[in-house]
Amino acid sequence: MLPAADLLRRLFTGDLGADPVETLIRTTGDWAIKLLVAGLLLTPLTRIARNPLPVRFRRMIGLYAFFYVCIHLTLYLAVDQGFVLHAIVKDILKRPYITFGMMAFLLLLPLAITSTKKMVARLGPKRWRQLHRAVYIAASFGVVHYYLLVKADITWPLIYGTILTAALGWRMWQAMPLHKTIRAGA
Amino acid sequence: MLIGKKSDIASSEITPKSLWLDRRRFITGAAALGIGVAFPRQDANAAALKFTKSALSTKGEVLTPQKDVTGYNNFYEFGTDKSDPAAYAGAMKTRPWTVEISGEVKRPMTLGIEDILKLAPIEERIYRHRCVEAWSMVVPWNGFSLSALINRVEPTSKAKFVEFTTLADSKTMPGLLFPYVDWPYREGLRMDEAMHPLTTLAVGLYGETLENQNGAPLRLVVPWKYGFKGAKSIVRIRFLERQPATAWNTANPSEFGFYSNVNPEVDHPRWTQAKERRIGDFFRRPTLMFNGYGDQVASLYRGMDLKAFF
Repeated sequence: MLPAADLLRRLFTGDLGADPVETLIRTTGDWAIKLLVAGLLLTPLTRIARNPLPVRFRRMIGLYAFFYVCIHLTLYLAVDQGFVLHAIVKDILKRPYITFGMMAFLLLLPLAITSTKKMVARLGPKRWRQLHRAVYIAASFGVVHYYLLVKADITWPLIYGTILTAALGWRMWQAMPLHKTIRAGA
Repeated sequence: MLIGKKSDIASSEITPKSLWLDRRRFITGAAALGIGVAFPRQDANAAALKFTKSALSTKGEVLTPQKDVTGYNNFYEFGTDKSDPAAYAGAMKTRPWTVEISGEVKRPMTLGIEDILKLAPIEERIYRHRCVEAWSMVVPWNGFSLSALINRVEPTSKAKFVEFTTLADSKTMPGLLFPYVDWPYREGLRMDEAMHPLTTLAVGLYGETLENQNGAPLRLVVPWKYGFKGAKSIVRIRFLERQPATAWNTANPSEFGFYSNVNPEVDHPRWTQAKERRIGDFFRRPTLMFNGYGDQVASLYRGMDLKAFF
């Protein structure tokens, strides 16, 4: 919540720079991807460090990421597009970076909705896990969205992409039969 | 006649030192290059300029506050954040400064900035400034028509294009380490575009000599084209027979054309150019053809397919 509080403070003190709307959209987007990627590192961290603490924050971080995604999206819809539906649809269809952004949001929506304990029970742990694997796709779309809109400096999209790949790679390695065999042997 | 406003230098938006260093560490894995300190502005750059008002100024626009004009910049030689140029460009030495003029001209010469300042009476030219990123400002430039300089060097009939080269000093420009564009930054104009009265050699803004982040001590301003055509901190001007390679066009030919005329009907491949955010406004506004200078420049492109020659 701190980034949001900081943005609010800066909004009222006029400290958002020459293009405040752009700053707000960029900063909320940045926190969304930061939190999303950080959330995906929690399970690996828990398993590697053999400490149950990190993974307990996973839902909270995921929901905060979604919170920033919502603000990010609302600013775009309201300020950039003035809630004009046909302009928004045109953007989604014609601008790949918006296509990817919108798809990322649509993937995160059901995940946010099914984040409660009740929902886990309703879906059953196996189905819930399968559904929530979509977070990797959503996060990837978020990185592509970012990559497609920078003019020349791909530093941060590349960084998030790399961390994301590492997190996903770790998961896949964990799931591989070879790895399971090695673990059983040890 | 001194009409200049009193210096309104607000504190620069300084990129936090740790943030700048971290970015580098990821990429190079090496210690930062010691560029962590925000350099103070050189006071030599804040000299007041005498100027007269120009008939070429654009009317009916609200000026963008000076702190935004000098604090929100794209000058990738100093970093890619909008606040980087104001924070780091202070390291650039703008005196002494010479501009080498050569190529298809009868009188090639090397001019010092002091000579350039005396080439023609300095005017205040208020122009719209439209970035390719779809934001815009209204800037009260101080300078004179580029044609004054061009007439001095007497281009031959072979001179069809003019090329401008920006300073590339690895000692003061950390951005040179990154291949955002093929350094040094080069831009170019067709001869008739360069001779057009609107095309300005700017040596100041808001009645003061240019700050480093705005392209001190002299830069190009071509108000009907996207802002990146306005090369900053010019050290060389060449007159050529053939169209020169330009920085952004070379870096990404499908996205940045040689002409880059402001055109709401020709979108950038990845984003639309139909609307822009005027700095200071909340909502976006429609972009104007030729940035609103169509009356004065459309004739230059009569018969030209502006989608093909974007």
